[in-house]
Amino acid sequence: MSVGALFACLLVLPVLAYIVGQQRALRMGLMLGGIYRLHSLPFYYGMMAAIYCGVPALVLAGLWLLVGDSVNVSVLLSHVPDSWSNLTDSERALLLNTVKNVAAGQSIVGQPDDIVQVADLYRGVVSRSHAVSVIVLLTMAVCGFAWGVFSIKPEQPARLQVELVGRIFLVACACVAILTTVGIVVSVLFESLRFFKVVSWWQFLFGLDWSPQIAMRADQAGSSGAFGAVPLFAGTLLISMIAMLVAVPAGLMSAIYLSEYANSELRRWMKPLLELLAGIPTVVYGFFAALTVAPFIREIGESMGMVVSSESALAAGLVMGVMIIPFISSLSDDVINAVPQAMRDGSYALGATQAETIINVIIPAALPGIVGGVLLAVSRAIGETMIVVMAAGMSAKLTANPLEAVTTVTVQIASLLVGDQEFDSAKTLAAFALGLVLFVVTLLFNVIALRIVRKYREQYE
Amino acid sequence: MSSGDYHKQTRDLVKNSLARRYRKEKIFRSLGLLSVLFGIACVLVLFGDIGSKGIGAFENTWIKLDVKLDPVALGVNESPTTEELQHANYDAVIKEALWSRFPDATTRADKKALFSLVSSSAGDSIRRLLLKEPVKLGQTLPVWVLADDELDTFFKKIHQLRLPESERSITDKQVVWIEQWISAGQMEKRFNRLFFEVGDSREPEQAGIRSALTGSVLTLMVTLCLSLPIGVAAAVYLEEFAAKNRFTDFIEVNINNLAAVPSIIFGLLGLAVFIGLFGMVRSVPLVGGLVLTFMTLPTIIISSRAAIKSVPPSIREAALGIGASQMQVVSQHVIPLAMPGILTGAIIGMARALGETAPLLMIGMVAFIVDIPHGITDPSTVLPVQIYLWADSSERAFVEKTSAAIIVLLAFLVVMNAAAVWLRNRLERRW
Repeated sequence: MSVGALFACLLVLPVLAYIVGQQRALRMGLMLGGIYRLHSLPFYYGMMAAIYCGVPALVLAGLWLLVGDSVNVSVLLSHVPDSWSNLTDSERALLLNTVKNVAAGQSIVGQPDDIVQVADLYRGVVSRSHAVSVIVLLTMAVCGFAWGVFSIKPEQPARLQVELVGRIFLVACACVAILTTVGIVVSVLFESLRFFKVVSWWQFLFGLDWSPQIAMRADQAGSSGAFGAVPLFAGTLLISMIAMLVAVPAGLMSAIYLSEYANSELRRWMKPLLELLAGIPTVVYGFFAALTVAPFIREIGESMGMVVSSESALAAGLVMGVMIIPFISSLSDDVINAVPQAMRDGSYALGATQAETIINVIIPAALPGIVGGVLLAVSRAIGETMIVVMAAGMSAKLTANPLEAVTTVTVQIASLLVGDQEFDSAKTLAAFALGLVLFVVTLLFNVIALRIVRKYREQYE
Repeated sequence: MSSGDYHKQTRDLVKNSLARRYRKEKIFRSLGLLSVLFGIACVLVLFGDIGSKGIGAFENTWIKLDVKLDPVALGVNESPTTEELQHANYDAVIKEALWSRFPDATTRADKKALFSLVSSSAGDSIRRLLLKEPVKLGQTLPVWVLADDELDTFFKKIHQLRLPESERSITDKQVVWIEQWISAGQMEKRFNRLFFEVGDSREPEQAGIRSALTGSVLTLMVTLCLSLPIGVAAAVYLEEFAAKNRFTDFIEVNINNLAAVPSIIFGLLGLAVFIGLFGMVRSVPLVGGLVLTFMTLPTIIISSRAAIKSVPPSIREAALGIGASQMQVVSQHVIPLAMPGILTGAIIGMARALGETAPLLMIGMVAFIVDIPHGITDPSTVLPVQIYLWADSSERAFVEKTSAAIIVLLAFLVVMNAAAVWLRNRLERRW
């Protein structure tokens, strides 16, 4: 039975349970002299039966999807030949990967016999565990079906029970947000702590040399690697600053124009056009930056006799700035519109022109909100990945020259983690340490920004 | 000084400054307009640039060859089995056809240059033909075969001819052959169906977006199935059931912060938890969908809350007044009325998830995927990641493919956003 068919069964059975349960409750009620003799409407009895039938089986099936493969692997490892037991973890992981590929029917040709044997073993384990899970899940669903249907009694408080389940579901879903945050913090922190056992945090935060490509063998030259992240922070800062230099004036002025000057007709077609920029995926910006903007800048630079590298901070920063324009403009638009009309009217009554009103009255009044929006935008610029991955380059140079290639925190996270890597090398762990820094910094910006924005909003409400 | 003089002085002062102030006003205003126009110009340049680069990929070039299906050249006997036909030497008959078409290609280098004009998949077209009708063996048939990407690029931008030979990838000799083909009507452009029918390939002319598109659909399905119910339930709980206490505040702060966490962090979460802790397989839509679910949940929760909040309290009070339970009020009145707003938020969240790349790189969805995935546990990639991979490729013809894939991606996004706007305007009720 395929996974899809199994899930279909687990979805159809509860529907059947609902129908049967509801009909049964209906009949019971009629036998007693009318539906009103039942504690709840027949709908709730049906729902109860469906919950008994579907929820435990579906929860278990979901868990199996998550952990099933690692269970299979541990079963396999208890059956493999002895030669496996004295391998290191990473070697074993590599072998396992090959075994899985062979078992899936890829790259069979040219594999040694013992691998093929283990692959056969693995295939056996998988098919057995699959069979077991199908049997267990279907039995659970059928038992739940039977229990749900036969336990129906007229005096059973079905509605209250169903509503209780519903409420538990609601609370659980609301807690997913907390769980996500906890998951991020714990996973990133945990791996970072392992990293800081190898490299001191002092060296990481203040070291000036970044070359994480640790050699394959311990005796090779440069095997230690260097994990000083300052060049990455500098690169991130440089690109974010360029982006902000583009985005803040353009975004703020657009917001002012659209909310104060443009008539409703103009506003109606200009605003969506501008917001198109916010909907474009970052990978598209990255492509644009790398293939159109960077060569363009290079051409201009060279015609003026400057040395421009083919991947420059300027290209990435400019394009990132364009990406952030709608973000700043829509946030500023909101706060400018929140400034009470009375303040404008007061200023006009004193004879100020519109520009003077905006500069001397509206912007000061809206400043906290604008600052909050800019902080949110900075946090976005710092965390942006694809544009810099595609256009900023990989060289960890400590430079303030925007025409040179620089690298950023996000670029390094991506490049350290893309591809198959063993889980416990310092290289992989360094990415998590960078992730921790990124998370903490953006969190700080966000908390401050959200607080400022909220406080500001209360001021005029 | 009398007060009249004083007023007069002030009036003059104001009058004299008026021209300067109006000029300032004008400058300020035009700066605003300029900013808006700059933004719009960026949109237009971006779309124009990608459109002009990518439009060509929707056509590909085909060459008509008179292929003699000679059993000897193919290396099969007179009545071959299907198995033999599968593995026959089709390149040999194509070479034969090319060399008899242009007898002037005599040297080894010339022959090689001629053969390189045809895609390496050309043999497949003949194989398909023969497998369908084995009786054609031994006959000479006109067959349209796919051209190589270099020829394809050259044919679409024929003005390259003006460049010196060293600056183009097609040599002068090859140009002569191409011109003969063109003048004989044996070369034509067709709509590139292949692009939508096949997966990735190392050869640009044989590469398509089908596998990436399927991967995107599967990933988004997982995301939608998880994030919509969970998001709506969380929003309902926070708006309708939760007491105002510190716990609720904490959830709220969490959601707002998660909405602003960089997407790459969610990739780290997915890598550490799903792949590191649970030992799930890399590069499958299931894991990708889970990661994107965490990423889109805040968006969906926030927009669902706004939609639920906009349902007037009188509806709730009326339902409660005639004896409905709180759960009944929510499920039978509030949610149906808030549905357009919730769906709008969900579509916008899905559009964001569709364009997301960075977290999926972390969990290994950057593999080279030729086969079209069939389920959420098959290795696959998604459209934005395919774009990233192609953009990274050194083959020049992939620029066109990348742009075309971007056009497809943007088309999907435009449709989704248009649907969201339509839903909002059409179904949302103003109370």
